[in-house]
Amino acid sequence: MSLLAEMNQKALNLGLPISVHLDITYRCNERCVHCYLDHDDHGEMTTAEIINVIEQLADAGVFFLSISGGEVLMRRDFFEIVERARQLLFNVKVKTNGVMIREKEAARLRQLGVEQIQISVYSHRPEVHDAITKLPGSLRKTLRAIRFLKSQGLKVSIANVLMAGNFSDQAGVIALAKELGVHYTLDPTITPKMDGDRSILALQIPGSELKQVFNNAELVGNVEEFCAPPPAPDEDVMDGYPCSAGHTACYISPYGDVFPCVQFPLPSGNVRRQKFLDIWHHSTQLKEVRSIRARDLPTCSTCAHVGTCTRCPGLAYMEGSMRGPSTADCEKSFQRTGIPSANMLARARTSSTGPLIQIQLHAGSEQDGPFPVEITSPEGLDGIRAHA
Amino acid sequence: MAEKYIARSKAIAARMIGGETMVMSALDSTFFTLNEVASTIWQAADGRTPLSEIVAGKVCQEFEIDRERAQRAADRFVDELSQHGILLVSDQPLIDSSASSESR
Repeated sequence: MSLLAEMNQKALNLGLPISVHLDITYRCNERCVHCYLDHDDHGEMTTAEIINVIEQLADAGVFFLSISGGEVLMRRDFFEIVERARQLLFNVKVKTNGVMIREKEAARLRQLGVEQIQISVYSHRPEVHDAITKLPGSLRKTLRAIRFLKSQGLKVSIANVLMAGNFSDQAGVIALAKELGVHYTLDPTITPKMDGDRSILALQIPGSELKQVFNNAELVGNVEEFCAPPPAPDEDVMDGYPCSAGHTACYISPYGDVFPCVQFPLPSGNVRRQKFLDIWHHSTQLKEVRSIRARDLPTCSTCAHVGTCTRCPGLAYMEGSMRGPSTADCEKSFQRTGIPSANMLARARTSSTGPLIQIQLHAGSEQDGPFPVEITSPEGLDGIRAHA
Repeated sequence: MAEKYIARSKAIAARMIGGETMVMSALDSTFFTLNEVASTIWQAADGRTPLSEIVAGKVCQEFEIDRERAQRAADRFVDELSQHGILLVSDQPLIDSSASSESR
């Protein structure tokens, strides 16, 4: 176990939040097609309120602080907030689109000792990137920012959200990251809007393209290992919890609302009305999230992937139940291993409206022998296969 | 032997949890965890108190360790962290803008 993992385990045992994602604004100078936020200002926390919150977070034991948005530089007090966070010795990561970062801003981030800057890049081609951000010239400005940040010796990471519209540019973004000397991460997940609107999910890449991602050794390392069938779950797996959301991490919105995670819109308290630690220790919502173990998940506990799935309880919550499956993660597990999830099998059973037994006659091949017949029972994807 | 004065660098992230301190260098992301004894020295590293006084006044008294052993361990600890720029060391008091004054 790494030192970091040990400290994470220690924080878990002590019930401490070690990591907080703080959005300081939802305002943004871009209008990304896949963004889940409402960019209007509905009453953001003031500078004094935010500084009070981060002082509370320091006292609560938080070590990793991600400062994000919206676009963080839309707030005039951004550097004041980061400065206070660094005085309090947080490990600060900043998420930005970089459009407003020039030499002066890059130098200031370096001076303040920010650990990492994460910048979204959707394509190496301006016509694709700018069409996603809906801000003409945004790729040019973003790349300019990355160069300024790199020249200051800062650690920069490109985050590439994959959608149907930019999937074919993925290799170009990887090459761009190499050329710039920055880290590359990809995210194939599109999240429903915070108001529950799921229409942007239509932008997601199809499963076949997800499979290509999982079979790319440059991205996943050892493909055979990464795509291996899941091992049988043991007791530790069944007693495990799904992720750090609400256990050692949480999210705070620009309005002071506390959620288990940025991707888990379960309102759990508000730091304008309560102390952060009161919410962390006593919120009934966070307590409920913490109480859930893998064995408590009605469908997922019966799934072959239970021990290896990236099931996001927040996405599951947005689908209707925090104890339910997250279909985006079911798809990932399926595309990674070729083995359908329990949820997929259940859906196949319930959605089957065809005859009880289907018989399809295929043209024969030498390999299959003459007249192979595939019989698929409505039991689902693992139906009976027989050759006549 | 000349006195050593130690101060926490500003180019770090640090937090104490459960008696131990996590420290990460903002320069090279080296990550350390300090046990309770090391955390005591860390907390006392104000740039003004000589290391020998920290050892005698804090470490030996709080942990009942003999002075010679505690001083050797403290010297090794300071050498290790100073190599990563996490602790600043001088034979004069450090009232430096690159040293951190706040630790929680």
